[in-house]
Amino acid sequence: MENPYLPYPVRIDDIVVETEDRNLRTFKLVFLNPQDEDKFAYRAGQFAELSIAGRGEIPIGIASSPVEKGFLKFTINRAGVVTSHLHQMKSGDIMGVRGPLGNWYPWDVLEGKNILIVGGGFAFTTLRSSIIYMLHPQNRSKFGEISVVYGARTPGMLLYKDELIEWEKRDDINMHITVDATDDPDWKYNVGFVPPITEQKAPQGDDNSFAIVCGPPIMIKFTQPVLEKLGYTHDHIIMSLENRMKCGIGMCGRCGIGKELVCKDGPVFTLSEINKTPREY
Amino acid sequence: MKIVKVDKKDWTDGLAKLYRTYRLFGPVKEGAFHCFRELAEGDRPDFEFQNTRLSAKGIIYPQSEDMFVYTLDESREDHHILKEAPKDDTPRAVLGIRPCDAKAVSLLKLNFDTPDYKDPYWLDRYNATTLVGLACDQPCGTCFCTSTGCGPYHEEGLDLLMTDAGDHYLIKLLSAKGERLAQSAGWDGEIDGLAVMENRKKAAEAKITQSIATDNLRAADTLALHQADFWEEISFACINCGTCTYVCPTCWCFDIQDEVHGKNGKRVRNWDSCMFPIFTVHTTGHNPRDTKLQRVRQRFMHKLKYFVDKYETGIMCVGCGRCVQHCPVNIDIRRVCELMNSHAASDACAAEG
Amino acid sequence: MIKYSDSIREISERLLKECRVDMVIGFRRGTVPMMNEPCFAKTPEEVQAFVWDSNCGINLANYLTDRKEKIGIVAKGCDSRNIVTHIIENKIKREQLVVIGVPCKGMIDKHNIAARFGGEILDVAEESDQIIVKGHDFEETLAKEDVLQENCRLCIHRNPVIYDELAGELVDEQQDVDRYEEVRRIEAMATDDKWAYFDDLLKNCIRCYACRNACPLCYCPTCFVDESKPQWVGKSQDPIDIRTFHFLRAFHCAGRCTDCGACQRACPVGINMRVFTKKLEKDCLDLFGWEAGLSLESRPPLDFYRPDDPDDFIK
Repeated sequence: MENPYLPYPVRIDDIVVETEDRNLRTFKLVFLNPQDEDKFAYRAGQFAELSIAGRGEIPIGIASSPVEKGFLKFTINRAGVVTSHLHQMKSGDIMGVRGPLGNWYPWDVLEGKNILIVGGGFAFTTLRSSIIYMLHPQNRSKFGEISVVYGARTPGMLLYKDELIEWEKRDDINMHITVDATDDPDWKYNVGFVPPITEQKAPQGDDNSFAIVCGPPIMIKFTQPVLEKLGYTHDHIIMSLENRMKCGIGMCGRCGIGKELVCKDGPVFTLSEINKTPREY
Repeated sequence: MKIVKVDKKDWTDGLAKLYRTYRLFGPVKEGAFHCFRELAEGDRPDFEFQNTRLSAKGIIYPQSEDMFVYTLDESREDHHILKEAPKDDTPRAVLGIRPCDAKAVSLLKLNFDTPDYKDPYWLDRYNATTLVGLACDQPCGTCFCTSTGCGPYHEEGLDLLMTDAGDHYLIKLLSAKGERLAQSAGWDGEIDGLAVMENRKKAAEAKITQSIATDNLRAADTLALHQADFWEEISFACINCGTCTYVCPTCWCFDIQDEVHGKNGKRVRNWDSCMFPIFTVHTTGHNPRDTKLQRVRQRFMHKLKYFVDKYETGIMCVGCGRCVQHCPVNIDIRRVCELMNSHAASDACAAEG
Repeated sequence: MIKYSDSIREISERLLKECRVDMVIGFRRGTVPMMNEPCFAKTPEEVQAFVWDSNCGINLANYLTDRKEKIGIVAKGCDSRNIVTHIIENKIKREQLVVIGVPCKGMIDKHNIAARFGGEILDVAEESDQIIVKGHDFEETLAKEDVLQENCRLCIHRNPVIYDELAGELVDEQQDVDRYEEVRRIEAMATDDKWAYFDDLLKNCIRCYACRNACPLCYCPTCFVDESKPQWVGKSQDPIDIRTFHFLRAFHCAGRCTDCGACQRACPVGINMRVFTKKLEKDCLDLFGWEAGLSLESRPPLDFYRPDDPDDFIK
């Protein structure tokens, strides 16, 4: 019987410090056994359990996109026991990856639709995966208009800065990058919190539009009324939840909200599905 | 279903034969209570008990078990790579498990054996285990199995069902595993015992004095139950220990921990409890259930509502009564179920739903 | 005991009617033999549920920690000493409390009684000094003094040390009680025998933490067994971790424990972990002349330093 708790061994290939406070790093991981990469076929929106022998495991959204071959990327915040150890690791070190886990953004439903992506802080990881997937030449024509509102506290706290700038230049995606505040005179983009920028810049919602929202609880709290005002109905607002996890495969019982398990029935839910659950997240 | 008769004077003989093929587990008296222990050759299980203090859950699902081992010694080629820990899944038989505990094993299987993922630790051990049930002719005063979809002669989850008929046992063979075990033991004296067992079953069921009502739970509105006003009163006495979850045969939550000694490490699975305050705490410190009321509510909502909705096979309780007997502050699931079921029938629920 | 129930109800009703408290914490009748359930009353009508008998071994001071309301609390001798400790340790303010003192002659030991009978106990009734135990096929009368909880048998502080109301008349304190006979017996064991004794004592521990959670003293926001940065104790069934939990918890309670017995009563597998706390209680008495919870004016010995503190155990 296959053991779903056994991680695939991977090697850290590259580490990029993403933010000016050095608390977020993107790890590029390569499978030790090439055939494991085929087994790890994933879709944008899923997560994986990163395993460090001697420390434990952490559930992290996959930041790389299925169209990017040969590696996986995860952007991780230094917060606790496992992540602190991970941040001290170097290229060449061995760790493990378990997955792909969870469900994904509903790509079949999103085909032919206009997509609005709203992201805040370091919740942007699976959104990167999604944007790269949609912009890929083989996929772009499957989707309508793509708009992105992404904000962080300051310019130095934005993730994937080089890629954001590249996307901003493209004409097949409308980027609205914003920061809460900055004293950088060369800052070319928006200044303001994500909810008001969304209200000003995002397109109207209708039957043909979906919004994917990922961010800290406070951002979501104030973005939701804006989206409603723009006309996005609750079953067209897609969110990715977080919760404390251990097994990641729906067995340890820890990540449950009502009868849903965030690791297995989620982490992607529509707002109407979330409204049916008790407020315990 | 074949029924065999085994004279009690032949019992130890059968055990000796079984011992050649199976590791044997049975109830053993320790101090004031019975518990399941592995039996050495020649040991007899002690059937003079109503139920064991801890359930038989720990035989298939130990409280602590090693999942993986690894070395952190970087001079070794396989450093930091996890390998499955050695396991013993040789055939074993549990003698004298009560029907409530056996049905609980089937409920646990719903969690560990799913279409998407299978837990090899639990499932391999389950597949290697034959459950020899002992029907309850003297249920406890706290038992309420008959109203949970179970009963003192319930067969779900069992491979064989024994009943003590004085100078002999009547044993009903319920599965292929059961037939193989009966064959190993040399239990082949087939007898037409169906009527006798039926009568004994009815007599035992009549002795169950406690019951709970669950008929309104399936249709109840989840959020209305969740917001009900009785949770404060129910949860007040709770001290958030793990007693109820650990003695319960149907509770399955676990924790995974890495433990390192020098350069060697292992990944271990331990029972965990939704009652513990840190069960759901995020690394950021945010805790979706950081009050006692939320945790107590979660346990009963899970057992009596979320599980009902998710699996549509009744409640996640077999009426064994252990939590009622052992809760240090006498929180009683029978009371809670009554409050939930009545609330579910009331206008409060109807209005929301 | 019936008289106590009546007076507790009367006092509680009066306190709620006069709005001197927002809630009263007491016991209501349990649903299984030898158990009563801690509960609260917030209206005068709800006090009718309150009962008091010899099954009130749970320490209600446990329910005061960090509460903000004005609370009427039913407290026997040991509970009241924990209330004193709570006040000293800033877990509750004196002004918040109306202590309904209950002079106590001891609680019966449910583990002890259960162990005496082969079958299930269906009912336990109390008639003055007698305990009548009924099962399916037996009925026996025991003398209450023979089945008291061990800590009650040794108790020399049966009257509440702090109270605003009394539910009954003060009782005589027990005299000439040798509180540390069991401790001395274990102290006298050879090292190997002691190891074996403790291992046997703890062999059934399932790390449910009922003992810790029933104890009013254990209120750390993050208990040392739950700490992860750094992790002090493993979470598996390794005997080393089980011993560490029990020994270290006892030390954290040293100088504060009132031997209320709530820990042992709560344990679902009947472990007598009081041997550890009793040893430390004896040490505090011998080394510092200290008994916990007797006065609001003094701080526990492990809480402050005196130049003449004994230090001959430092080698």
